[in-house]
This record gives sequence, structure tokens and C-alpha cells, in this order.
Amino acid sequence: MIQLKNIHKSYQMGNNSLHVLKGIDFSVEPGEMVSIMGSSGSGKSTLLNILGILDNYDQGEYMLDNKIIKTLSETKAALLRNEYIGFVFQSFNLISFKNAMENVALPLYYKGVSRKKRNKTALEYLEKVGLLDWAEHMPNEMSGGQKQRVAIARSLIANPKIILADEPTGALDSTTSYEVMDILKSINEEGITVLIVTHEEDISRMTKRVIKLKDGLIEADYIPEAMEEFATVN
Amino acid sequence: MFDLDKWQEIFAALRKNKMRTFLTAFGVFWGIFMLIIMLGSGKGLQNAVFDGMKDFATNSIFLMTSPTSEPYAGFPRGRRYNFRNDDIEALRNAIPEIDLIAPRMQARGGSSATDNVVRGIKTGAFTVNGDYPEWNMIDPVKMVNGRFLNHLDILHKRKVAVIGNLVQEILFEEDEEPLGQYIRINGVYFQVIGVFTPLNSNISFGGDKAQNIFIPFTTLQQTYNYGDVVGWFAITAKPDVSASVIDAKARDLLKRRHRVAPHDEQAIQGWNMEEEFNKVSGLFMGIEVLVWIVGIGTLLAGVIGISNIMLIVVKERTKEIGIQRALGATPRKIISQIITESVFLTTLAGYLGLSFAVFLLEIISRALSASGTEDMAFKNPEVDFNIAVTALLILIVSGALAGLMPAQRAVKIKPIDALRDE
Repeated sequence: MIQLKNIHKSYQMGNNSLHVLKGIDFSVEPGEMVSIMGSSGSGKSTLLNILGILDNYDQGEYMLDNKIIKTLSETKAALLRNEYIGFVFQSFNLISFKNAMENVALPLYYKGVSRKKRNKTALEYLEKVGLLDWAEHMPNEMSGGQKQRVAIARSLIANPKIILADEPTGALDSTTSYEVMDILKSINEEGITVLIVTHEEDISRMTKRVIKLKDGLIEADYIPEAMEEFATVN
Repeated sequence: MFDLDKWQEIFAALRKNKMRTFLTAFGVFWGIFMLIIMLGSGKGLQNAVFDGMKDFATNSIFLMTSPTSEPYAGFPRGRRYNFRNDDIEALRNAIPEIDLIAPRMQARGGSSATDNVVRGIKTGAFTVNGDYPEWNMIDPVKMVNGRFLNHLDILHKRKVAVIGNLVQEILFEEDEEPLGQYIRINGVYFQVIGVFTPLNSNISFGGDKAQNIFIPFTTLQQTYNYGDVVGWFAITAKPDVSASVIDAKARDLLKRRHRVAPHDEQAIQGWNMEEEFNKVSGLFMGIEVLVWIVGIGTLLAGVIGISNIMLIVVKERTKEIGIQRALGATPRKIISQIITESVFLTTLAGYLGLSFAVFLLEIISRALSASGTEDMAFKNPEVDFNIAVTALLILIVSGALAGLMPAQRAVKIKPIDALRDE
């Protein structure tokens, strides 16, 4: 699903160039659930942006679904994002003047689906995350956990192959965090590849694979203990 | 195609900062309002002035004699001479571009002199013109009773008179029928055959037109002993010929016939109505150009205001735009969104300004016509439909231009930077 070969990325900060990614190699198979960990400044957000076709990389090769992703026009990038990738953000990033249903329907709007049809689909996805009753509510009337569930429904509606989640639990307390993780897990069980950027150990332990970044390089790539235990118990 | 989500976003954006939206829109509102009011007022002035020259043949010239200023052909300078009846035929034969010739003559007496017209015990001082029927096609009057002079009157030198409505008021009782009655002009009786009212008030030869009397030109010459002297000529050019052409030709011919030095500019006086008319038209053209310059300037200030606000709106919505792009919104979608918003705001504000200005002009127009006076310096202020449509088009285009720069700014922001923007 995802193949990264020797990805380099640096940012220009005035006269200084900041080398953030110094050669990242890994691949993710369809249906995996991977967490990307690292302290701040380790390059994990940059990596996620490259994976999400939100940012370019300087060197190397990124293949998504066997297509090389490099120097795309903004329009093409937008279409690819719409087709392949669902985003979940730390700060939810719901559109404040749209209600839950309309927020969920947004990716379909950009796909050109009719309003009636996309709102119907949006309701199905809201039901999936248990928020059907909140369809008509505006984002500012919902709790953090609810907002994140709306955001997850939105990321799913266009039938993406990959969900990219940037600190999806960063703004939530632990109970709601686990709820959100449960939803992400169930999504993964349906066969969608899930990549989660996090710095929380307990969150990463709920995924099937952990990639640890340090100073722009992969420090470790392992199956977390909880999963091992889980595997051994089985 | 109506796109509900697009409009939802526009209204959300406009509602979010009502005061700012209002003030921004007001700039455009005021711009178009001023433009329309100024154009309408200019038109009002123009209507008043042109109304005063209504129906007057604008392609006409007027020629009269004056003492010569150069000695020529044995004559000294300062010689007085007159146009003659045979000049009429000569002009017509030599200058094919001439349409109408109306030789004219004014009888002695008139507005400034003692009473020259008598009927029974009523008397009055009126301007008495000897005219051809053609005169009524050059400076027409409106016949309210009877008829104007005709060619038989000229041929038979009939003693008939066409009188202005004020002449009737002074010489006749209110319930009296003037037609067929006789009035005495400078001691000679004339039968009244028609009563007229003036059509235009700004052009007048010899006092108030309503106090004029027209009698046949030939009758006047014979009755008052003028021989074959012509007082002055009114001549019009054929429709596709400039009055200046016949002006030059007629002056040349008349100078030759009356042995006036070819370069004597003094000997023939007169004026070219076309030139005068063009001067007035030019004046109003100038006013209109000025109005457009000022109006467009004001409008531009308003549009720049919109552009400015749209830049701020884009800045405020950077994150939102980032989200939309992450979710798959193409740059085109974003540009179209922002330009639509800008066009919408501009057009709405402009349309309100337009309607309000037209409404105000209509009220002024109604008030003016209700007051009912004839001679006004201001008449019928109005904007024609084309100008309104042009203004609206200018608005839509300028709204799109106002949105263009902010839209491009919005697209230039990389989705990643937009998302980071907190």
C-alpha cells in the first residue's frame, strides 16, 4: 500500500536549512494499523504530511498504491487525497458553520456527489460512529470526543484506502481516547490501512506495529508488547 | 447551477463579521449610488437645456447683413447693403446642399416700442415677423387653433396673421373666437388665421415667442414698403450635410452677389446653430465624462475595500481552507468560492446602491413634474437602462477582480501551512 524509499526533507528557515527527514525507508501493507512515534522534532508530523500528499519531499521515492507520488499539481494532489486518504486531526478541524452531517459529507461534496445523496451517506457514517442523533448539531455544541468521531466519519465517507490520524487523541481525556481508538481499530478490521501519529505509549500499544522516529531516522520498527501478549494468548 | 454549500459558506463568512461586511459593502454601495445620482443629475440638466431647444432645426444657419469692413470693387468700407429677394433663388440654384430657405423680416415696432397692434380698444406691442411657411419647419410652433402660413398666402400676399397665445389673451376676450377676426398691425388690417403656443423656450428671436405674430413675408414687404429687401436668412442643410458646409458656401455666394470683399468677415453676420448645438452637446459630454471619472473613482475605492477585506477573510480562513484542501477541495474550487463571495458582496451592495439611486431620482423627477413649471433648469433626471446595466456589469467584473488577488493568495498557501496555522 505504502512504500517509502530513502525519503529526505528539509525546511528552509531563513539562511539555515533544517534537515528533518534524513532517509526514511519503510513499507506498509494493506490492512495494517501502524503508529508512528517520536518526540517532538523527530519528524513524525512531516512524515505524515508527506504520506498525506500535503507536502513535497526532496529526495527518495514515495509510492502509494503502486503509484509514484512526486511533484504533483495541486489539483491532482487534491484529487488523490480525496480518493485515497482520510484525515483525522488532533484539533478535529471541523468546519464551524456546518452541522455534523454536512461536515461528514464534505469530501463527497468535493467529489461532486449530489447534496441529497451525500447527506444520506453521511448519516450512515454518523450512525457507524454512534452519532446519528447529533447529525443536526453544530460542532460547537459537541464534546471533543464527539467532534473527533465526526471527524473520523468524515475521513471514512469517501471510501479511502488509508486513514492518516495526526495525534487523534491528543486533545482528549483517556476514556474518550480509548473510545476513539476503538473506532479506529474497528475501521482497521474492515480492511482499511490506518496510520496514527502519536507520542503516547498507551495509544501506540493499541496498534499492531510501531515505527519510532528519532532525529529524522527510523530508530525502531516493532510489534508492541500488548499485541504480542494478545498474540501469545491467542 | 445552484450550489447550496457554496452559498452556505458565503453567508457564514459574511455573517461572522456583520459590521465589517456592512462597512465594506457600503463603500461599493456609495460608489454606485454617487455614480448614478451624478449621471442622473447631469441628464436632468441636459434634458432641461435640450428641451428648451426642442424641435429646433439644429442643422441650420442664420445670415444677416452688416456694414462692410473693407473697401472693395470701388466701394468704401462701412457700406450698408441688404439681401434681396433674388438672393433666394440664387442660393437655391447655386447650393444643392440647401434644404430649406426661409427669408425673414421684422416689421418696425415690436416688443420694445410703443403699441403697434390694435383691436378695438385693446392694444399691444408685439413682434411682427414676415415669414415663409418654411420657418415653421426650422423653429416650429404648436398650432392650437387654425393654421400656419402657407404658400398661397405668400403668392397672393394675403393680409393674414398667425398670433401667439399671449397675443390672443391680450387682444381678445376669453370666450371670443379669434379666427376670422381682424387686428390692425401698424395701421393695416390683418385677418387672424391661426393661434400657436411656443414649443421651445430657450431659443427666441425678438422677445417672448408667445407674443409674436407671423404674417406672410411678401405681404410684409409690400405693405410696409420694404421693396425686395430681405431682413435675414434662415437656411437648413440637407440631412446628411453639415451646416458648416452651406454656411461657407452661402456666405461666399452672398458676398459675390453684393460685391463684398471675399475676406470681409464683418459684412455678413450670423450664426451656425449646428456649432452652437455642438458646443452645448460638448459641454454635456464633458460633464458626463467627468461624472464617469469621479464615479468610477469612487466605485474603485469601494472595490479596493472589498479586495482588502477579502484578503483579511482569506487570512482568517487559512486553516479552514487548509482543511478543505486536505479533504480534496481543488484549487479551482477554492478560487471559485472566494471570487463568488466577492462578486456576491459587490453585486448585492452595488445593486442596492443602484436601486436606491434610481428610486431617489424618480422621487425628484416626480416632485419636479408635480410642481409643474415649464422653464426649469432641471428636468426629468434619469438614467437610461443601458447605463444601469453597464454599471451593474462593471460591478460584477470589478467584484471578480477584487476577489482574484485574495483567491490566488488563498491557493498559494500550502495545505500543510494552512493546517498548522492556529
